[in-house]
Amino acid sequence: MPPAISFRQVSKEFRTDGKAVLLAVDSVDLDIEQGRIAGVIGYSGAGKSTLVRLVNGLETPTRGTVVVNGRNLNELTAKGMRELRGGVGMIFQQFNLFSSRTVAGNVAYPLKLAGWSRQRRAERVAELLDFVGIADKARRYPSQLSGGQKQRVGIARALATSPTILLADEATSALDPETTRDVLALLTKINRELGTTIVVITHEMEVVSSLCDEVAVMEAGRVIEHGPIYDVFAAPREAATRRLVQSTLHDRPRADTLRRLRGTFPGRIVTVGIRDRGATQEALAEKLVEHDVRATIIYGGIGELADQPFGSITYELTGADPAIDALVRELAELAPVEELDDGPASGDGSDTERAAASVSAPAGGGAR
Amino acid sequence: MTEWGPLAPILLLSFQQTIYLVVWTMLIAGVVGLGIGVLLHTTRRGGLLPNTPVFQLLNVLVNVVRPIPFIIFITAIGPLTLAVMGTTIGTRSVLFPMSAMASFVIGRVVEQNLVAVDPGVIEAARAMGASKPRIILTVLIPEALGALVLGYTFIFVAVVDMSAMAGYVGGGGLGNFAISYGYQQFNWPVTLVTVVIIIVIVQAAQLTGNRLARAALHR
Repeated sequence: MPPAISFRQVSKEFRTDGKAVLLAVDSVDLDIEQGRIAGVIGYSGAGKSTLVRLVNGLETPTRGTVVVNGRNLNELTAKGMRELRGGVGMIFQQFNLFSSRTVAGNVAYPLKLAGWSRQRRAERVAELLDFVGIADKARRYPSQLSGGQKQRVGIARALATSPTILLADEATSALDPETTRDVLALLTKINRELGTTIVVITHEMEVVSSLCDEVAVMEAGRVIEHGPIYDVFAAPREAATRRLVQSTLHDRPRADTLRRLRGTFPGRIVTVGIRDRGATQEALAEKLVEHDVRATIIYGGIGELADQPFGSITYELTGADPAIDALVRELAELAPVEELDDGPASGDGSDTERAAASVSAPAGGGAR
Repeated sequence: MTEWGPLAPILLLSFQQTIYLVVWTMLIAGVVGLGIGVLLHTTRRGGLLPNTPVFQLLNVLVNVVRPIPFIIFITAIGPLTLAVMGTTIGTRSVLFPMSAMASFVIGRVVEQNLVAVDPGVIEAARAMGASKPRIILTVLIPEALGALVLGYTFIFVAVVDMSAMAGYVGGGGLGNFAISYGYQQFNWPVTLVTVVIIIVIVQAAQLTGNRLARAALHR
């Protein structure tokens, strides 16, 4: 099966004031397979929005080719491009609903463009509003809806012509956490039930970790990392990815936290990465007995990433130094283990880097 | 005491002439001005149909015409009025300078109201595959409709004001009536009555405009 979206050496330049050139997207090669939920993450200005706008021709590449559903966008006429857009839905951070039309009118708009009869439009609109769970709001105007309801209208409108690809540009960034969860659940349902390929732009790592199968990390217009979400999160190769991952997980003590912990726990402090359901901790329990070392949990957390456990636990280990050395050595063969620096940390920045560096030593070498 | 008997039919005729001028000007300039406003908005750099020469031409034209006092404008475009209407005197002939001036004014007002339309909504329509003319007709204008109605209401008052000057070229109307039978004959009550009639027309228009705008805004 060919990829749903394929970028080949795509660059996009913007000329500001006729002189300065801004390279928003820089030589991107990227394939997004059909039926996947792909996240595009990165800090503001990394080029995420421009990248997805190249998919439906809202932006045209300065160099390179974008192929969507097997069609090379560079070769499309204006009419061909409009037809292609019928197969690519898009939802937005600010919803971008037509304030002059009712909820039903908004959802019917793309159907009118596609030339559907009034009767078929009405049936399809009812079906869509039911699917996104706002059938009772059909005759309301957008200004009468909450943010979550507006985004549901946006989603229903984007799905009206049964697109095979759905682009979500910061679709949950304007919503509160609970509404965000609802919308993410809806996007997952769309992907599972309709098989729609979804591309999600976000700066919220929680969105990526709970929704996406794969993730592309952007920095300064380039895609610096792309792979299954678990691999990228568990073993980030690039500094920017590490920073993004760290900003989400909070599973390791920061420099100031570590200093405080030191005051209470004088023993050696070791962080163990958790990548499995209990095996690492079982092994640790056995080794503690074997080496006669005592462990106290002082920090940490385990969550789930792509339905797999992911996190780390920080222990204070007390016992004979050689015994602890042996235990750490043996444990490092099973899981990422890092002994946190004993000396007084000099600054937050360096500590963040150090903590992040340890994440890049995965257990058994994460397949990429 | 003012003798209203002989004045009444003249007042009625003047009223009809004013209504005739204002309604036709609003209809003609309403459509032409909408076109000018849409072009000003869309041909601007970064607009839907970017075209610098067209934008510059319209922009300069609007800026040149708009500040000319209407009474001078009527005389200044006299030759053009003669060419288009076949005459430069009478109620019908003044329709040309009125429509021309009102078109440019409306053009600017329309442009300013279209600027307020959320570009994200336009982008959404593009993403759905709508053509540019279709976006203008089914998104841009409907989204600005409430503001446009208020803008047109504002223009209506200006057009009533313009129509008062029609009398200068024998265009008749309430302005002419107030000057000829009121001011020039030192008949203060006639001027007063005319003013009251004009106020009623303007108030009725404003009230209607507000109602329509509220209906269009969906708030």
